[in-house]
Amino acid sequence: MTAVWIVIAALALATAALKLAGPLALGGTPLRPGALSVVELLASALLAALVVVETFGSGRSLVLDARVLGAGFAAIAVWRRAPMIVVVLGAAAVTALARLLF
Amino acid sequence: MEGAGERRRAGIRRGLPFGVAVFAISISFGVLARPVMGPVAPIVMSILVFSGAAQFGALAVLIAGGGAGAAIAAGVLLNARYLAMGLALAPSLRGRAPSRAAFALPLVDASWAAASRGDGTFDPWYLVGVSIPQYVGWVLGTAVGVLIGPRLGDPNALGLDALFPAFFIVLLFEEARGRRRLAAAAGGAGIALVLTPLVPAGLPILAAAAAAVAASRLRS
Repeated sequence: MTAVWIVIAALALATAALKLAGPLALGGTPLRPGALSVVELLASALLAALVVVETFGSGRSLVLDARVLGAGFAAIAVWRRAPMIVVVLGAAAVTALARLLF
Repeated sequence: MEGAGERRRAGIRRGLPFGVAVFAISISFGVLARPVMGPVAPIVMSILVFSGAAQFGALAVLIAGGGAGAAIAAGVLLNARYLAMGLALAPSLRGRAPSRAAFALPLVDASWAAASRGDGTFDPWYLVGVSIPQYVGWVLGTAVGVLIGPRLGDPNALGLDALFPAFFIVLLFEEARGRRRLAAAAGGAGIALVLTPLVPAGLPILAAAAAAVAASRLRS
C-alpha cells in the first residue's frame, strides 16, 4: 500500500514539473517565428498520435479490438457535426455492443 | 479585448462537454483502481495528479504486478507531452513566476487545444476556464467509480475504454484544419503507429512532435 502512495506523490510532483518547466524557464519571452509555426502545428500532431495510441495501443503492442468500432463511430459522428456528448457516449455504446455481440 | 472573468466564463462554457466526457472516463479509472489502490487513494490521485494518461498508465503497471518505480516511469513518460505543451504555452504567459505557474498547472490536453488561438499563441484565462469543468468531472467521476465499482463489474464491457479515442477525435477534428495541420496530424499518427510496438508507452506521443517540425517546413 505504501507503494501506491509513493506513486501518487511522485506522479503529482512530476506532472507539475513537466507542466511548469517551460513557463518558468522562458515565460513571457516571445518565440522566434520558426518556433512559433512549429508550436501552431504541435496540437494536430500530438492529438493525432493520442488518437492512434488510444484506438490501437495496448501497452507496447498494437491491437485491433472493439475500440476501433467505437472510434470509427466517433469519427463519423464528429464529421456529421454531432454534439460532443453524443460522439463520446455513442463511441462507448458501440464498443460495448460490439463486445456483447462478438 | 474582453476581461479575464469573461474569458474564463467562456472557457468554462466550452469545457462543460469535456467535463461530462472526462467524468465518464474517470468513473472507469475509479472502478479499475479500487481493487489495487483501495477506496481513498484513487480519489487523492485524481485530485493531485489530474491526468488520465498518467493515472491509467501507472495503474496498468500496478495491476500487472509491477513496482512503484515502473509505475512512476510509465506515468512520467505518458505525461512527457506536457513538457512540449508547456513550452508552447510559455510565451503566452505574462507576469511573475507564481502567476505563470498558476496558469500552467491546470494545463490538460483539451484545454491546451481549445485555448490555442491558431497563430501559435494561447489564451491563458480561457485555458483555465476549460480546465475547471474537467477537474470537477475528473475528481467526481473517480469518486463515483470507487463507490459503484464493486457492483459494476468490468468497465470495458460498457465500452468505457473507447471514451479516450472518441475524446481525442473530437479535439483533433477541431484542430486539424488546413494543409499544414493535416500534414502534421498524418505525420503524428504515422509516428505513433510505427513507434508504439518499439518504444515504451508515452514516447510515441512525444515523438509525434517531430511531425509538427516537419510540417512547419511546408508552405501554407
